[in-house]
Amino acid sequence: MIDRDELLHVARLARLALHEDELDATAAELSSILEHVAVIEELDLEGVEPTAHIGDVSDSLRADTARPSLPRDVALAPAPAVRDDGFLVPSPQGE
Amino acid sequence: MADEIQELSASAAAAAIADGGLARAELFEHYRARAAGDELNAFTWVAEQPPAPVEGPLSGVPVAVKDLFCTEGIPSQAGSKILAGYCPPYTATAVANLEAAGAPVLGKTNQDEFAMGSSNENSAFGPVLNPWDHSRVPGGSSGGSAAAVAAGLAPWALGTDTGGSIRQPAALCGIVGLKPTYGAVSRYGMIAFASSLDSAGPLTRDVADAALFYRHLVGRDSADATSVAFPEAIEIPTGERLDGITLAVPTGLVDGEGIEAGVRESFEASLETARSLGATIVGCEIPSARYALSAYYVIAPAEASSNLARFDGVRYGLRVEEGRLDEMYTETRHDGFGAEVKRRILIGTYALSSGYYDAYYGRAQRVRTVVARELGAIFESADFIVTPTSPTVAFGLGDRTADPLSMYLSDLFTIPMSLAGTPAISIPSGLSEGLPVGLQICGPAFSENRILGAAHALEQAIGFDGSPARGGAS
Amino acid sequence: MAGVELEPVIGLEIHVQLRTATKMFCSCALGFGEPPNTRTCPVCLGLPGALPVANAEAIHYGLMIGMALESELAPVSTFHRKNYFYPDLPKGYQISQFDLPLCSGGKLGAVKIHRVHLEEDAAKLNHAGASGRIQGADSSVVDFNRGGTPLAEIVTEPEIRSAEQAGEWLRLLRTTLRTLGVSDVNMEEGSLRCDANISLRPVGTDQLGTKTELKNMNSFRFIERGIRAEVERQRALIEAGESVTQETLHFDPKTESITSLRSKEEAHDYRYFPEPDLPPVVITETMLDRAASALPELPAAREQRYVEQLGLSPETARLFAWRAELADYFDAVCAADTSLEPQLCANWVTELQGRLGEQEAEDSKVSADALAQLAALVASSAINQGGAKQVLDELVANGGHPAGIVEAEGLEAVGGAEELAPIVAAALEANPDLTERLRGGDMKPIGVIIGEVMKQTRGRADGKEVTALVRQQLGLS
Repeated sequence: MIDRDELLHVARLARLALHEDELDATAAELSSILEHVAVIEELDLEGVEPTAHIGDVSDSLRADTARPSLPRDVALAPAPAVRDDGFLVPSPQGE
Repeated sequence: MADEIQELSASAAAAAIADGGLARAELFEHYRARAAGDELNAFTWVAEQPPAPVEGPLSGVPVAVKDLFCTEGIPSQAGSKILAGYCPPYTATAVANLEAAGAPVLGKTNQDEFAMGSSNENSAFGPVLNPWDHSRVPGGSSGGSAAAVAAGLAPWALGTDTGGSIRQPAALCGIVGLKPTYGAVSRYGMIAFASSLDSAGPLTRDVADAALFYRHLVGRDSADATSVAFPEAIEIPTGERLDGITLAVPTGLVDGEGIEAGVRESFEASLETARSLGATIVGCEIPSARYALSAYYVIAPAEASSNLARFDGVRYGLRVEEGRLDEMYTETRHDGFGAEVKRRILIGTYALSSGYYDAYYGRAQRVRTVVARELGAIFESADFIVTPTSPTVAFGLGDRTADPLSMYLSDLFTIPMSLAGTPAISIPSGLSEGLPVGLQICGPAFSENRILGAAHALEQAIGFDGSPARGGAS
Repeated sequence: MAGVELEPVIGLEIHVQLRTATKMFCSCALGFGEPPNTRTCPVCLGLPGALPVANAEAIHYGLMIGMALESELAPVSTFHRKNYFYPDLPKGYQISQFDLPLCSGGKLGAVKIHRVHLEEDAAKLNHAGASGRIQGADSSVVDFNRGGTPLAEIVTEPEIRSAEQAGEWLRLLRTTLRTLGVSDVNMEEGSLRCDANISLRPVGTDQLGTKTELKNMNSFRFIERGIRAEVERQRALIEAGESVTQETLHFDPKTESITSLRSKEEAHDYRYFPEPDLPPVVITETMLDRAASALPELPAAREQRYVEQLGLSPETARLFAWRAELADYFDAVCAADTSLEPQLCANWVTELQGRLGEQEAEDSKVSADALAQLAALVASSAINQGGAKQVLDELVANGGHPAGIVEAEGLEAVGGAEELAPIVAAALEANPDLTERLRGGDMKPIGVIIGEVMKQTRGRADGKEVTALVRQQLGLS
C-alpha cells in the first residue's frame, strides 16, 4: 500500500531519516497499519460533519496584557548550541 | 509503623496528617525510600528531599507524576531519548494544582515514549514490570504511574489518557484510573501526544482517592484554550447502592473475538454484582466501535506528527551534529525517537499529506462525530456504558512488540470514549489467573460525580484486594 | 507570442505586524530592538507542553481591518496548523488560518480583496558565519523575540495592472492601516511586508499565465522597481518564445537583479489541519460592535468629505486623504483659523509639502498654527504671493512666526492707490516708448512696467493691482 518512494517522501516531510536497512520493514509495517485503518472507508459518512474539537468553549481568548518573559539564560539553558545570545544552527542557506 | 503507613489510602493518609497522627516528613520519607528502591523501573526520577510544605487539603500526601508532565527544574523526558535530561523552566498546570493543594512531587514515572503505547515497552528508559507478575507488562502508556501505585511505591499518581493510557494500565495493575471529560483538566505543560484527545487524570488505590485527587486537578486554565470550568464541585463518593441506575453493555463489542474468557467471566460477575446493588442491565450497540479504533489510529498519529515536529534539535533536547541543517534535523529525529513514535509520525504525516487528507484525516474526524453521536444516544436511556477495560489481562513482556496492530487492539474498549471526549473510570473487578481485570464505567460529559458514585458502590461490593501487589498480605 | 500585446496581472500579499501589547498566542510583550531572546516564553519558544491562547486584541484589530476593507466577517473563524520545518519556526508549524479566515472578500480603492487572515510571525534568523563546530560549515543564530508577533495577511485579487498602481495602492493600504491604528506599517522595520504574484497575459483575455512570487520587498520604491523588473523579465522570456517557471523570486535593489529563492524543486506540502489547541473563535455581536465603534474616518470617507464639505479639488482631496499624516496636518491648519477658506489652507499645505520632500509636515519647523497665520496674511492681502513664499521659505528653514518675519524682512504688501499710484506713474514716466504703445492698445509691455514697479517695491506689490492702476492712469477701459 505504501511503497519505498512514497515512504521516502513522507519521511522527508517529517524530517525523519530512514536508513537503507530500515526501509522495507517500515514500508511493510505502515502498509499493514494503513490496510487496517482503511476499514473507515466502508462507513457511510454522507452528510456527517467532521469533529475537530470536542466540547464548547465560548471564552477561549486571552486579554492583551503582557507578562514577564523568561530570562535569556533560562531560555538558552537547554539549547544544544548557543552563540551571540541565540540558538546556533547550521545555516538553511544552500538547502 | 511502616506497614501501617503502607496500607493507608491516600485519603486516609491525608486525614492522618491533618489530625496530627502522622508527620508529613515521615509519610514523604516512607514513599521516597520505597520509590528509590523501585525494582519495577516505574520511576525515572525520585526526589531526594521533600519540597517546602504547602498547607492544603492534600496535606503533604506525595504524588508520583508521569514524566509527560513538565516540572520546573526536574527532568521531564516523556520516555524519550530526544528529551533525555531535559529540565523545563516551568511546571504543568495539573501538577501545579496538586502542589497548591498540598501534594509534594515524589518522583517522575516511566511511560511509553510520548504516551504512545499500551505496554510501557516503548520507553527509552526501559520497560516497567507489572507488580503482580514481573514477567508481564503493566500496560501503558501510564505504566510507571500504574505500577508505582499498585506496588505501593506511591500513594497515588498522575497519568494521562489519550486512547486508554490511564484506564488500561490501571486495569492491568489492579488499581483505579479515571479519564476525565476532555477539557476538564488543563493540558498546559503536559507534553502533547494528540491534542484533541489528551486528558490528565488520577491513578489511585481506590475510588475515594480518585475523587479527592480529581477534585484538586480540575479547573479552567487560561493557559489552555480548550480547558473548561467543571460545572460542579467534585464530591467524595459514599454511596453503596445502584438503585434506579441503568448500565448499558455494548453487546456486539463485548461479545467480539479477542476477549479472554477470564476477563469475560469477571465482567459478567461484575454485572451480577451491579444487579444485586439494584442496577438494571440493558444491551446496547456502538456500531461504529470497530471504526473508532481505526479513526483513532489516524487522528492520534496525525496530531502527533505535528506535535512532535518541535523536537528538531534547535532549542532543547538531543541534537545529532551534522554539517547541514537538513541532516541535523533528520538524523536527530532518527536517533532521538523510538520505533513506535517514528511509525506514528510517518502514519500521521501520510494521513495529512496532500491527496490523502480527505480519505484519512477527514474521514476519521467524521467517524469521530458518529462515535460521539452513538454514545450520546445510549446515554439518553442509560446512565452508564460498562465494558471490560481491556480485552485481556496483563500480557507477557515482548509478547506483542513484534506486531504493532495486536498492541493497538488493547485499546478497543477505551477508544470510543476518547474520541467522544467523555469521562470513564476503570476499577478492579477481580482476578483472572491471578492477574487483575478492570471494569470500565463511562458516562456523558461532566458526569464524573455520578461515575465516581457508581464506581464506589461497585468497588465496595466487589471488595478487590490489591495488597498482594504491594508485597503485603492482608 | 511575438506581436501580441501583453499586460501584467499582479496580486499582492501583505503581511502587517499588528500593534498589540503582546504576541499572537502568548503573553510576551512584542519585541522591537531588544537584546536577542529576551522576549520569549515556553509558548513562543515551542517548549514541550506549551499551548497557544489567541490574543483577543489581535482578533479585534483583524475585525477592524476587515471592516475597513469592506470584507465579509466570518461568524466563526478557525486556526489551522501549517506544517514545515525551519529554524525560525519553533513548533514545526505556523498557526495560521486556512478555510475559515477572519475576513473574506472586500475592496480598497479600485482593488478587490481576496481575504484577510491572522497568523504568527516567524523568528529572526541571523547569519553567524562559519561555526567552528563543524569544519567549514555555515551557521545561523535564531532570535525568537519576533517569533509569535501577530500578523494580518491581506491578500488582494490579481487585479493590479502595473508597478505604479501597485505602489499607489499600497500607499493607500498603508494609510488605511495607519489610520486604523492597528500597525506601525513601517516597511523598513518590517512591520509591513509585501510579496507580489506576477504573471503576464495577452491583453483582452482572461487566461492566466504562469505566475512567479516576488518575496519580501521592504520599501515602496523597491516594490515598484521589483515588479517592473519582473514584468520585463517575463515579457522578454515570452517574447523570446520561452516559458515562465513558477518559482519564488528575490529582487535585489542594488543590482536590480532577480534571483530564484528556492533552487530545490521540492514541492511544499504544508499538511494543513485544524489547530486542535485552539477552539473556533466565535465572533460575537459585542466584538463586532466594539470593532465598528473603534473605526476612525477612513481615507475614502475623508476624500469624499474634503470634496463635498470643504470644497477641495478632487486631486487635492485624494492627495491628502490617501496620506493620513498630510491630511491630519491640513485639518490642524484649518482648525487653527476657522475663518480661512479650506482651499486656501490646502494650497499652502501643498506648497509646504512641495518644499519638504519626504519629510512629514508635522515633523517640519512649520507648525500648523504658523501656516494658518501665513494663509491669513495672504487672505487679507497683507502680503502678496511672492512675499508669502518668502515667508514660507524662512519658516521651513528656521521656523518662527509669519508676522514677525514679514516685519523683520519688510515684506508687507505695497497696495492701495495712495501708496502704489505714484510708483506706477513714475514707472510710466520713465518708459515713454512703452507708455505710448500701451496707450495705443498694445498691452505686451505691461510686464516690463510691472517688473519696474516690483523692483521699486521689492516685490511687495500685487501684479493685478499694478495692471489696474496702469489702465486707470492711461485712461484705458
